[in-house]
Amino acid sequence: MIAVVAPIVGLGGRIVLWDINLSARPGELLVLAGPNGAGKTTLLRAMAGLLPGFASQDPRRVAYVPQGARCAWGMSVREVVALGRVPHGDDRAEPVEAAIVACGLASLAGERIDRVSGGEARRAMLARALATEPDALLLDEPTADLDPAAAHAMMALLRRRTAAGVCVVVVLHALELALHHATRLVVMEGGRIVADAEPEAALPRAALAFGLPYGLNPRAGLLPPAQGERYGADRSGDDQGR
Amino acid sequence: MRWLSLAVFMLLVASLLVGAAGIGVHDAAILWQIRFPRAVLAGLVGASLGVSGAAMQGALRNPLADSGLLGIAGTAALGAVVAFYWGISAAFAPALPLGGMLGAGLGCALLLGLAGSAASGPGLILAGVAVSALGAALLALALSLAPNPFALAEITVWLMGGLEDRSLMHLVVAMPPILVGISILLRLGRRLDGLALGEAVAASLGVPVPETLRRVALGVALAVGAATSVAGGIGFVGLIVPHLLRPALGERPGRLLLPSALAGAVLLLAADLLARVLPLLLPLSAEPRLGVLTALLGAPFLIRIARKVAP
Repeated sequence: MIAVVAPIVGLGGRIVLWDINLSARPGELLVLAGPNGAGKTTLLRAMAGLLPGFASQDPRRVAYVPQGARCAWGMSVREVVALGRVPHGDDRAEPVEAAIVACGLASLAGERIDRVSGGEARRAMLARALATEPDALLLDEPTADLDPAAAHAMMALLRRRTAAGVCVVVVLHALELALHHATRLVVMEGGRIVADAEPEAALPRAALAFGLPYGLNPRAGLLPPAQGERYGADRSGDDQGR
Repeated sequence: MRWLSLAVFMLLVASLLVGAAGIGVHDAAILWQIRFPRAVLAGLVGASLGVSGAAMQGALRNPLADSGLLGIAGTAALGAVVAFYWGISAAFAPALPLGGMLGAGLGCALLLGLAGSAASGPGLILAGVAVSALGAALLALALSLAPNPFALAEITVWLMGGLEDRSLMHLVVAMPPILVGISILLRLGRRLDGLALGEAVAASLGVPVPETLRRVALGVALAVGAATSVAGGIGFVGLIVPHLLRPALGERPGRLLLPSALAGAVLLLAADLLARVLPLLLPLSAEPRLGVLTALLGAPFLIRIARKVAP
Protein backbone atom coordinates (compact mmCIF):
# COMPACT_ATOMS: atom_id res chain seq x y z
CA MET A 1 0.00 0.00 0.00
CA ILE A 2 1.15 3.51 -0.68
CA ALA A 3 -0.57 6.53 0.79
CA VAL A 4 -0.21 10.27 0.57
CA VAL A 5 -1.88 12.97 2.63
CA ALA A 6 -1.31 16.54 1.48
CA PRO A 7 -3.49 19.28 2.92
CA ILE A 8 -1.72 21.87 0.77
CA VAL A 9 1.44 21.89 -1.34
CA GLY A 10 2.91 24.96 -2.98
CA LEU A 11 5.67 25.05 -5.56
CA GLY A 12 7.23 28.31 -6.68
CA GLY A 13 4.53 30.43 -5.03
CA ARG A 14 1.68 28.47 -6.63
CA ILE A 15 -0.59 25.99 -4.93
CA VAL A 16 -0.26 22.74 -6.85
CA LEU A 17 -1.89 20.21 -4.51
CA TRP A 18 -4.84 20.81 -2.32
CA ASP A 19 -6.72 18.64 0.14
CA ILE A 20 -5.24 15.33 -1.04
CA ASN A 21 -5.79 12.09 0.82
CA LEU A 22 -5.13 9.14 -1.42
CA SER A 23 -4.00 5.61 -0.83
CA ALA A 24 -3.42 2.94 -3.42
CA ARG A 25 -3.92 -0.64 -2.34
CA PRO A 26 -2.01 -3.76 -3.35
CA GLY A 27 -3.33 -5.31 -6.52
CA GLU A 28 -4.75 -2.04 -7.72
CA LEU A 29 -4.00 -0.36 -11.04
CA LEU A 30 -4.78 3.23 -10.22
CA VAL A 31 -4.80 5.73 -13.06
CA LEU A 32 -4.33 9.40 -12.25
CA ALA A 33 -5.88 11.50 -15.00
CA GLY A 34 -6.53 15.18 -15.50
CA PRO A 35 -5.60 18.09 -17.72
CA ASN A 36 -2.08 19.53 -17.88
CA GLY A 37 -1.22 21.37 -14.71
CA ALA A 38 -3.76 19.48 -12.61
CA GLY A 39 -1.01 18.34 -10.22
CA LYS A 40 -0.76 14.69 -11.28
CA THR A 41 3.02 14.66 -11.55
CA THR A 42 3.44 16.51 -8.26
CA LEU A 43 1.12 14.04 -6.55
CA LEU A 44 3.10 11.13 -7.98
CA ARG A 45 6.35 12.70 -6.80
CA ALA A 46 4.83 13.17 -3.37
CA MET A 47 3.89 9.48 -3.34
CA ALA A 48 7.47 8.62 -4.33
CA GLY A 49 8.72 10.69 -1.44
CA LEU A 50 10.66 13.00 -3.74
CA LEU A 51 8.92 16.21 -2.70
CA PRO A 52 10.33 18.20 0.20
CA GLY A 53 8.14 17.71 3.24
CA PHE A 54 7.06 14.19 2.32
CA ALA A 55 8.46 11.10 3.97
CA SER A 56 10.91 9.44 1.63
CA GLN A 57 10.03 5.90 0.61
CA ASP A 58 12.08 2.77 0.93
CA PRO A 59 13.71 2.62 -2.53
CA ARG A 60 13.59 -1.19 -2.43
CA ARG A 61 9.80 -1.09 -2.10
CA VAL A 62 8.76 1.79 -4.33
CA ALA A 63 9.95 2.28 -7.90
CA TYR A 64 9.35 5.58 -9.67
CA VAL A 65 9.64 6.29 -13.40
CA PRO A 66 9.34 9.98 -14.22
CA GLN A 67 8.00 11.34 -17.46
CA GLY A 68 10.53 11.24 -20.27
CA ALA A 69 13.12 9.44 -18.16
CA ARG A 70 16.24 8.93 -20.23
CA CYS A 71 19.74 7.66 -19.75
CA ALA A 72 22.59 10.15 -20.04
CA TRP A 73 25.03 7.55 -21.32
CA GLY A 74 24.99 5.00 -24.11
CA MET A 75 24.68 2.10 -21.69
CA SER A 76 23.26 -1.21 -22.85
CA VAL A 77 19.60 -1.96 -22.21
CA ARG A 78 20.68 -4.64 -19.76
CA GLU A 79 22.91 -2.21 -17.86
CA VAL A 80 20.03 0.28 -17.62
CA VAL A 81 17.65 -2.39 -16.34
CA ALA A 82 20.30 -3.54 -13.84
CA LEU A 83 20.19 -0.06 -12.28
CA GLY A 84 16.99 -1.30 -10.68
CA ARG A 85 19.22 -3.29 -8.34
CA VAL A 86 21.01 -0.19 -7.04
CA PRO A 87 18.70 0.16 -3.99
CA HIS A 88 19.45 -3.44 -3.00
CA GLY A 89 23.17 -3.04 -3.55
CA ASP A 90 23.43 -6.43 -5.18
CA ASP A 91 24.16 -7.67 -8.69
CA ARG A 92 21.60 -10.46 -8.87
CA ALA A 93 20.97 -11.31 -12.50
CA GLU A 94 17.62 -13.14 -12.16
CA PRO A 95 15.41 -10.12 -11.42
CA VAL A 96 17.13 -8.19 -14.18
CA GLU A 97 16.64 -10.93 -16.76
CA ALA A 98 13.05 -11.54 -15.60
CA ALA A 99 12.25 -7.84 -16.02
CA ILE A 100 13.88 -7.81 -19.47
CA VAL A 101 11.78 -10.77 -20.56
CA ALA A 102 8.57 -9.38 -19.01
CA CYS A 103 9.01 -6.18 -21.02
CA GLY A 104 9.77 -8.03 -24.25
CA LEU A 105 13.33 -6.74 -24.45
CA ALA A 106 15.16 -10.06 -24.56
CA SER A 107 16.42 -9.55 -28.11
CA LEU A 108 17.52 -5.98 -27.37
CA ALA A 109 19.27 -6.51 -24.04
CA GLY A 110 22.71 -5.98 -25.55
CA GLU A 111 21.77 -2.90 -27.60
CA ARG A 112 22.74 0.60 -26.56
CA ILE A 113 19.80 2.39 -24.97
CA ASP A 114 20.33 5.43 -27.22
CA ARG A 115 20.12 3.25 -30.35
CA VAL A 116 16.73 1.63 -29.68
CA SER A 117 13.38 3.20 -30.57
CA GLY A 118 11.57 5.58 -28.21
CA GLY A 119 9.03 2.94 -27.28
CA GLU A 120 11.72 0.36 -26.58
CA ALA A 121 13.61 2.84 -24.39
CA ARG A 122 10.36 3.49 -22.54
CA ARG A 123 9.95 -0.23 -21.91
CA ALA A 124 13.55 -0.41 -20.71
CA MET A 125 12.75 2.25 -18.11
CA LEU A 126 9.78 0.19 -16.96
CA ALA A 127 11.97 -2.93 -16.85
CA ARG A 128 14.45 -0.99 -14.72
CA ALA A 129 11.64 -0.31 -12.25
CA LEU A 130 10.48 -3.95 -12.33
CA ALA A 131 14.03 -5.18 -11.66
CA THR A 132 13.81 -3.52 -8.25
CA GLU A 133 10.98 -5.99 -7.46
CA PRO A 134 8.99 -3.26 -5.74
CA ASP A 135 5.66 -3.43 -3.94
CA ALA A 136 4.57 -0.23 -5.59
CA LEU A 137 5.21 1.10 -9.09
CA LEU A 138 4.74 4.80 -9.77
CA LEU A 139 4.80 5.69 -13.47
CA ASP A 140 4.42 9.11 -15.04
CA GLU A 141 3.03 8.92 -18.59
CA PRO A 142 4.63 5.56 -19.40
CA THR A 143 2.72 5.37 -22.69
CA ALA A 144 3.47 8.89 -23.91
CA ASP A 145 5.50 7.95 -26.98
CA LEU A 146 4.06 4.52 -27.64
CA ASP A 147 1.79 3.62 -30.54
CA PRO A 148 -1.72 2.50 -29.51
CA ALA A 149 -0.93 -1.22 -29.65
CA ALA A 150 2.25 -0.79 -27.62
CA ALA A 151 0.41 1.41 -25.12
CA HIS A 152 -2.22 -1.26 -24.60
CA ALA A 153 0.50 -3.89 -24.30
CA MET A 154 2.25 -1.86 -21.63
CA MET A 155 -0.94 -1.35 -19.65
CA ALA A 156 -1.69 -5.08 -19.91
CA LEU A 157 1.80 -5.78 -18.61
CA LEU A 158 1.18 -3.46 -15.65
CA ARG A 159 -2.15 -5.14 -15.01
CA ARG A 160 -0.43 -8.54 -14.85
CA ARG A 161 1.91 -7.11 -12.22
CA THR A 162 -1.03 -6.16 -10.03
CA ALA A 163 -2.09 -9.81 -10.00
CA ALA A 164 1.13 -10.48 -8.06
CA GLY A 165 0.03 -8.00 -5.41
CA VAL A 166 1.98 -5.01 -6.71
CA CYS A 167 0.24 -1.68 -6.43
CA VAL A 168 0.56 0.36 -9.64
CA VAL A 169 -0.12 4.07 -9.95
CA VAL A 170 0.00 5.50 -13.48
CA VAL A 171 -0.39 9.07 -14.67
CA LEU A 172 -2.18 8.93 -18.02
CA HIS A 173 -3.78 11.26 -20.49
CA ALA A 174 -5.31 8.56 -22.63
CA LEU A 175 -8.65 7.87 -21.00
CA GLU A 176 -9.43 4.91 -23.23
CA LEU A 177 -6.37 3.15 -21.78
CA ALA A 178 -7.68 3.83 -18.29
CA LEU A 179 -11.08 2.45 -19.25
CA HIS A 180 -9.63 -0.73 -20.62
CA HIS A 181 -7.04 -1.50 -18.00
CA ALA A 182 -7.41 0.45 -14.76
CA THR A 183 -9.18 -0.83 -11.69
CA ARG A 184 -9.57 2.68 -10.31
CA LEU A 185 -9.62 6.10 -11.94
CA VAL A 186 -8.67 9.17 -9.95
CA VAL A 187 -9.43 12.44 -11.71
CA MET A 188 -7.52 15.58 -10.77
CA GLU A 189 -8.30 19.16 -11.61
CA GLY A 190 -6.69 22.31 -10.27
CA GLY A 191 -4.60 20.41 -7.73
CA ARG A 192 -7.54 18.54 -6.25
CA ILE A 193 -9.01 15.10 -6.59
CA VAL A 194 -12.44 15.60 -8.12
CA ALA A 195 -13.36 11.98 -8.74
CA ASP A 196 -12.16 8.66 -7.40
CA ALA A 197 -14.07 5.61 -8.52
CA GLU A 198 -14.22 2.70 -10.90
CA PRO A 199 -13.11 3.89 -14.33
CA GLU A 200 -16.55 3.94 -15.90
CA ALA A 201 -18.11 5.73 -12.97
CA ALA A 202 -15.37 8.36 -12.92
CA LEU A 203 -15.32 8.84 -16.68
CA PRO A 204 -17.92 11.62 -17.00
CA ARG A 205 -16.03 13.73 -14.46
CA ALA A 206 -12.76 13.00 -16.29
CA ALA A 207 -14.29 14.05 -19.61
CA LEU A 208 -15.48 17.27 -17.98
CA ALA A 209 -12.02 17.93 -16.50
CA PHE A 210 -10.45 17.49 -19.92
CA GLY A 211 -13.02 19.75 -21.51
CA LEU A 212 -14.10 16.96 -23.83
CA PRO A 213 -17.53 16.97 -25.43
CA TYR A 214 -19.68 14.98 -23.07
CA GLY A 215 -21.77 12.04 -24.08
CA LEU A 216 -19.36 10.06 -26.23
CA ASN A 217 -19.62 6.34 -25.96
CA PRO A 218 -16.64 5.51 -23.73
CA ARG A 219 -16.29 2.06 -25.25
CA ALA A 220 -15.64 3.62 -28.62
CA GLY A 221 -12.72 5.52 -27.19
CA LEU A 222 -12.58 9.22 -26.62
CA LEU A 223 -11.43 11.35 -29.47
CA PRO A 224 -9.43 14.50 -28.85
CA PRO A 225 -11.47 17.67 -29.38
CA ALA A 226 -11.25 19.39 -32.73
CA GLN A 227 -8.63 22.11 -32.98
CA GLY A 228 -9.69 25.18 -31.06
CA GLU A 229 -12.73 23.61 -29.44
CA ARG A 230 -11.01 23.31 -26.09
CA TYR A 231 -9.97 26.93 -26.12
CA GLY A 232 -13.27 28.11 -27.55
CA ALA A 233 -14.00 30.38 -24.61
CA ASP A 234 -10.86 32.43 -25.22
CA ARG A 235 -11.64 32.83 -28.87
CA SER A 236 -15.20 34.07 -28.28
CA GLY A 237 -13.68 36.59 -25.88
CA ASP A 238 -11.51 37.85 -28.73
CA ASP A 239 -14.49 38.21 -30.98
CA GLN A 240 -16.28 40.33 -28.45
CA GLY A 241 -13.22 42.54 -28.19
CA ARG A 242 -13.45 43.30 -31.85
CA MET B 1 41.91 -3.63 -16.61
CA ARG B 2 44.74 -6.15 -16.44
CA TRP B 3 46.32 -4.54 -19.49
CA LEU B 4 46.06 -1.12 -17.92
CA SER B 5 47.71 -2.28 -14.71
CA LEU B 6 50.45 -3.92 -16.73
CA ALA B 7 50.95 -0.74 -18.75
CA VAL B 8 51.21 1.34 -15.56
CA PHE B 9 53.85 -1.04 -14.22
CA MET B 10 55.89 -1.11 -17.43
CA LEU B 11 55.80 2.66 -17.79
CA LEU B 12 56.86 3.08 -14.16
CA VAL B 13 59.86 0.83 -14.81
CA ALA B 14 60.63 2.69 -18.04
CA SER B 15 60.38 6.00 -16.18
CA LEU B 16 62.93 4.77 -13.67
CA LEU B 17 65.33 3.82 -16.47
CA VAL B 18 65.17 6.95 -18.63
CA GLY B 19 66.15 10.50 -17.79
CA ALA B 20 68.39 13.47 -18.44
CA ALA B 21 71.34 11.37 -17.31
CA GLY B 22 70.68 8.96 -20.18
CA ILE B 23 69.18 5.51 -20.43
CA GLY B 24 69.90 2.92 -17.78
CA VAL B 25 70.77 3.13 -14.12
CA HIS B 26 74.11 4.79 -13.46
CA ASP B 27 73.65 6.09 -10.00
CA ALA B 28 71.39 4.92 -7.20
CA ALA B 29 70.96 8.51 -6.00
CA ILE B 30 69.56 9.59 -9.37
CA LEU B 31 67.23 6.61 -9.35
CA TRP B 32 65.79 7.16 -5.88
CA GLN B 33 66.08 10.93 -5.43
CA ILE B 34 65.06 12.07 -8.90
CA ARG B 35 63.48 9.42 -11.10
CA PHE B 36 61.52 7.56 -8.45
CA PRO B 37 59.54 10.53 -7.08
CA ARG B 38 59.00 11.82 -10.59
CA ALA B 39 57.67 8.52 -11.91
CA VAL B 40 55.40 7.91 -8.92
CA LEU B 41 54.12 11.49 -9.03
CA ALA B 42 53.38 11.18 -12.75
CA GLY B 43 51.34 8.06 -12.02
CA LEU B 44 49.49 9.63 -9.08
CA VAL B 45 48.78 12.93 -10.84
CA GLY B 46 47.57 11.09 -13.94
CA ALA B 47 45.36 8.82 -11.84
CA SER B 48 43.94 11.86 -10.00
CA LEU B 49 43.08 13.66 -13.21
CA GLY B 50 41.69 10.54 -14.89
CA VAL B 51 39.40 9.45 -12.07
CA SER B 52 38.32 13.04 -11.41
CA GLY B 53 37.29 13.44 -15.04
CA ALA B 54 35.36 10.16 -14.98
CA ALA B 55 33.64 11.03 -11.69
CA MET B 56 32.71 14.54 -12.80
CA GLN B 57 31.37 13.34 -16.14
CA GLY B 58 29.33 10.69 -14.36
CA ALA B 59 28.00 12.92 -11.60
CA LEU B 60 27.13 15.79 -13.89
CA ARG B 61 26.00 13.55 -16.79
CA ASN B 62 28.03 15.67 -19.16
CA PRO B 63 30.74 14.26 -21.43
CA LEU B 64 32.57 17.60 -21.39
CA ALA B 65 32.91 17.77 -17.61
CA ASP B 66 36.55 17.88 -16.54
CA SER B 67 38.44 19.55 -13.75
CA GLY B 68 40.49 21.56 -16.25
CA LEU B 69 37.66 22.61 -18.53
CA LEU B 70 35.36 23.61 -15.68
CA GLY B 71 37.96 25.75 -13.94
CA ILE B 72 38.76 23.53 -10.93
CA ALA B 73 42.39 23.08 -12.01
CA GLY B 74 42.57 26.84 -12.54
CA THR B 75 41.38 27.67 -9.03
CA ALA B 76 43.70 24.96 -7.68
CA ALA B 77 46.61 26.63 -9.48
CA LEU B 78 45.49 29.95 -8.05
CA GLY B 79 45.52 28.53 -4.52
CA ALA B 80 48.95 27.02 -5.04
CA VAL B 81 50.31 30.24 -6.57
CA VAL B 82 49.03 32.28 -3.63
CA ALA B 83 50.72 29.90 -1.19
CA PHE B 84 53.89 29.94 -3.29
CA TYR B 85 53.92 33.63 -3.88
CA TRP B 86 53.44 34.84 -0.36
CA GLY B 87 56.25 32.57 0.70
CA ILE B 88 53.98 30.48 2.89
CA SER B 89 55.14 27.34 1.12
CA ALA B 90 58.79 28.22 1.73
CA ALA B 91 58.16 28.40 5.45
CA PHE B 92 55.78 25.46 5.64
CA ALA B 93 56.05 22.88 2.86
CA PRO B 94 52.55 21.38 3.00
CA ALA B 95 51.12 24.87 2.42
CA LEU B 96 51.53 24.36 -1.34
CA PRO B 97 49.23 21.31 -1.68
CA LEU B 98 46.96 22.76 1.00
CA GLY B 99 46.65 25.95 -1.03
CA GLY B 100 45.94 23.88 -4.14
CA MET B 101 43.28 21.83 -2.39
CA LEU B 102 41.70 24.90 -0.86
CA GLY B 103 41.60 26.58 -4.27
CA ALA B 104 40.13 23.46 -5.89
CA GLY B 105 37.58 23.14 -3.09
CA LEU B 106 36.47 26.73 -3.49
CA GLY B 107 36.31 26.23 -7.27
CA CYS B 108 34.12 23.11 -6.84
CA ALA B 109 31.83 24.89 -4.40
CA LEU B 110 31.53 27.87 -6.71
CA LEU B 111 30.87 25.60 -9.70
CA LEU B 112 28.13 23.61 -7.97
CA GLY B 113 26.65 26.80 -6.53
CA LEU B 114 26.58 28.60 -9.86
CA ALA B 115 25.29 25.64 -11.82
CA GLY B 116 22.59 24.96 -9.23
CA SER B 117 19.95 22.51 -10.34
CA ALA B 118 21.12 22.80 -13.96
CA ALA B 119 24.19 20.80 -13.01
CA SER B 120 23.92 18.50 -16.01
CA GLY B 121 23.21 20.79 -18.89
CA PRO B 122 24.61 23.89 -20.54
CA GLY B 123 24.24 25.66 -17.18
CA LEU B 124 27.17 23.64 -15.91
CA ILE B 125 29.42 24.55 -18.82
CA LEU B 126 28.42 28.18 -18.36
CA ALA B 127 29.27 27.99 -14.66
CA GLY B 128 32.56 26.31 -15.56
CA VAL B 129 33.41 29.11 -17.97
CA ALA B 130 32.64 31.62 -15.20
CA VAL B 131 34.82 29.76 -12.67
CA SER B 132 37.63 29.46 -15.24
CA ALA B 133 37.45 33.15 -16.05
CA LEU B 134 37.44 34.13 -12.39
CA GLY B 135 40.37 31.84 -11.62
CA ALA B 136 42.33 33.14 -14.61
CA ALA B 137 41.64 36.77 -13.69
CA LEU B 138 42.75 36.30 -10.08
CA LEU B 139 45.80 34.38 -11.27
CA ALA B 140 46.68 37.21 -13.63
CA LEU B 141 46.24 39.63 -10.73
CA ALA B 142 48.61 37.57 -8.58
CA LEU B 143 51.12 37.46 -11.45
CA SER B 144 50.94 41.17 -12.11
CA LEU B 145 51.66 41.80 -8.45
CA ALA B 146 54.65 39.44 -8.51
CA PRO B 147 57.51 40.86 -6.41
CA ASN B 148 60.14 40.50 -9.14
CA PRO B 149 60.47 39.31 -12.72
CA PHE B 150 62.10 36.09 -11.61
CA ALA B 151 59.13 35.14 -9.45
CA LEU B 152 56.90 35.92 -12.41
CA ALA B 153 58.92 33.70 -14.74
CA GLU B 154 59.07 30.96 -12.16
CA ILE B 155 55.31 30.94 -11.61
CA THR B 156 54.59 31.08 -15.33
CA VAL B 157 56.81 28.10 -16.05
CA TRP B 158 55.28 26.24 -13.12
CA LEU B 159 51.78 26.90 -14.44
CA MET B 160 52.66 25.14 -17.69
CA GLY B 161 52.87 21.95 -15.70
CA GLY B 162 55.76 19.59 -15.28
CA LEU B 163 57.32 17.07 -12.98
CA GLU B 164 61.06 17.69 -13.36
CA ASP B 165 63.10 18.19 -10.20
CA ARG B 166 60.35 16.91 -7.94
CA SER B 167 61.84 15.42 -4.80
CA LEU B 168 60.72 12.80 -2.31
CA MET B 169 59.44 15.69 -0.20
CA HIS B 170 56.95 16.64 -2.93
CA LEU B 171 55.86 13.03 -3.07
CA VAL B 172 55.38 12.80 0.70
CA VAL B 173 53.38 16.02 0.81
CA ALA B 174 51.12 15.33 -2.17
CA MET B 175 50.56 11.60 -1.91
CA PRO B 176 48.20 11.40 1.09
CA PRO B 177 45.57 13.87 -0.19
CA ILE B 178 45.79 12.39 -3.68
CA LEU B 179 45.20 8.87 -2.36
CA VAL B 180 42.36 9.98 -0.10
CA GLY B 181 40.75 11.94 -2.94
CA ILE B 182 41.04 9.03 -5.38
CA SER B 183 39.61 6.56 -2.88
CA ILE B 184 36.66 8.86 -2.15
CA LEU B 185 35.89 9.01 -5.87
CA LEU B 186 36.39 5.29 -6.48
CA ARG B 187 33.72 4.43 -3.91
CA LEU B 188 31.01 6.42 -5.68
CA GLY B 189 30.52 3.95 -8.55
CA ARG B 190 27.02 2.76 -7.76
CA ARG B 191 25.76 6.22 -7.01
CA LEU B 192 27.10 7.53 -10.30
CA ASP B 193 25.38 4.62 -12.08
CA GLY B 194 22.11 5.65 -10.45
CA LEU B 195 22.64 9.25 -11.52
CA ALA B 196 22.83 8.16 -15.17
CA LEU B 197 19.02 8.22 -15.25
CA GLY B 198 18.75 11.74 -13.84
CA GLU B 199 18.54 13.14 -10.36
CA ALA B 200 14.87 12.28 -9.77
CA VAL B 201 15.34 8.61 -10.65
CA ALA B 202 18.59 8.49 -8.70
CA ALA B 203 16.81 9.86 -5.65
CA SER B 204 14.03 7.28 -6.08
CA LEU B 205 16.74 4.60 -6.24
CA GLY B 206 17.93 5.74 -2.83
CA VAL B 207 20.98 7.67 -4.07
CA PRO B 208 21.55 10.70 -1.83
CA VAL B 209 22.04 13.13 -4.71
CA PRO B 210 23.26 16.32 -2.97
CA GLU B 211 25.60 14.33 -0.74
CA THR B 212 26.98 12.49 -3.77
CA LEU B 213 27.70 15.77 -5.55
CA ARG B 214 29.42 17.07 -2.42
CA ARG B 215 31.55 13.93 -2.23
CA VAL B 216 32.55 14.26 -5.86
CA ALA B 217 33.50 17.87 -5.16
CA LEU B 218 35.53 16.85 -2.09
CA GLY B 219 37.29 14.01 -3.89
CA VAL B 220 38.09 16.18 -6.90
CA ALA B 221 39.27 19.02 -4.67
CA LEU B 222 41.65 16.72 -2.78
CA ALA B 223 42.96 14.81 -5.77
CA VAL B 224 43.15 17.59 -8.35
CA GLY B 225 44.13 20.23 -5.80
CA ALA B 226 47.09 18.21 -4.58
CA ALA B 227 47.99 17.06 -8.09
CA THR B 228 47.94 20.61 -9.45
CA SER B 229 49.95 21.96 -6.55
CA VAL B 230 52.71 19.46 -7.23
CA ALA B 231 52.60 19.28 -11.02
CA GLY B 232 51.21 22.63 -12.14
CA GLY B 233 48.54 22.96 -14.79
CA ILE B 234 48.08 19.73 -16.71
CA GLY B 235 44.96 19.79 -18.80
CA PHE B 236 42.86 17.43 -20.86
CA VAL B 237 43.87 14.17 -19.15
CA GLY B 238 40.60 13.97 -17.19
CA LEU B 239 38.62 14.90 -20.25
CA ILE B 240 40.21 12.45 -22.65
CA VAL B 241 40.66 9.35 -20.54
CA PRO B 242 37.00 8.37 -19.99
CA HIS B 243 36.30 8.94 -23.68
CA LEU B 244 39.18 6.67 -24.66
CA LEU B 245 37.81 3.93 -22.41
CA ARG B 246 34.10 4.10 -23.29
CA PRO B 247 34.29 2.26 -26.63
CA ALA B 248 36.07 -0.65 -24.92
CA LEU B 249 34.34 -0.76 -21.53
CA GLY B 250 30.87 0.61 -22.20
CA GLU B 251 29.47 3.83 -20.82
CA ARG B 252 28.30 2.86 -17.32
CA PRO B 253 29.88 5.62 -15.19
CA GLY B 254 30.71 3.45 -12.20
CA ARG B 255 32.58 1.01 -14.35
CA LEU B 256 34.85 3.70 -15.75
CA LEU B 257 36.24 4.99 -12.44
CA LEU B 258 39.09 2.60 -11.68
CA PRO B 259 40.06 2.10 -15.34
CA SER B 260 40.12 5.91 -15.72
CA ALA B 261 42.52 6.19 -12.80
CA LEU B 262 44.80 3.57 -14.36
CA ALA B 263 44.53 5.00 -17.86
CA GLY B 264 45.20 8.50 -16.53
CA ALA B 265 48.36 7.18 -14.91
CA VAL B 266 49.36 5.48 -18.17
CA LEU B 267 48.73 8.63 -20.19
CA LEU B 268 50.68 10.93 -17.90
CA LEU B 269 53.55 8.48 -17.41
CA ALA B 270 53.80 8.14 -21.17
CA ALA B 271 53.62 11.90 -21.72
CA ASP B 272 56.25 12.49 -19.04
CA LEU B 273 58.46 9.84 -20.57
CA LEU B 274 58.04 11.53 -23.94
CA ALA B 275 58.99 14.86 -22.37
CA ARG B 276 62.20 13.30 -21.08
CA VAL B 277 63.05 11.36 -24.22
CA LEU B 278 62.48 14.21 -26.69
CA PRO B 279 65.58 16.22 -25.61
CA LEU B 280 67.65 13.06 -26.08
CA LEU B 281 66.39 12.66 -29.64
CA LEU B 282 65.88 16.22 -30.83
CA PRO B 283 68.11 19.26 -30.43
CA LEU B 284 65.96 20.85 -27.73
CA SER B 285 67.49 23.15 -25.13
CA ALA B 286 65.08 21.95 -22.45
CA GLU B 287 62.37 19.39 -21.85
CA PRO B 288 59.03 20.34 -23.36
CA ARG B 289 56.60 21.20 -20.56
CA LEU B 290 54.32 18.32 -19.62
CA GLY B 291 51.20 20.50 -19.55
CA VAL B 292 52.01 21.72 -23.03
CA LEU B 293 52.36 18.15 -24.31
CA THR B 294 49.03 17.02 -22.83
CA ALA B 295 47.31 20.12 -24.21
CA LEU B 296 48.74 19.47 -27.67
CA LEU B 297 47.45 15.91 -27.44
CA GLY B 298 44.13 16.92 -25.90
CA ALA B 299 42.96 19.88 -27.94
CA PRO B 300 42.28 17.95 -31.17
CA PHE B 301 40.55 15.35 -29.06
CA LEU B 302 38.29 17.95 -27.48
CA ILE B 303 37.23 19.07 -30.95
CA ARG B 304 36.35 15.48 -31.83
CA ILE B 305 34.25 15.04 -28.68
CA ALA B 306 32.48 18.35 -29.19
CA ARG B 307 31.55 17.26 -32.72
CA LYS B 308 30.23 13.94 -31.51
CA VAL B 309 28.23 15.50 -28.66
CA ALA B 310 26.57 18.14 -30.82
CA PRO B 311 25.79 16.46 -34.15
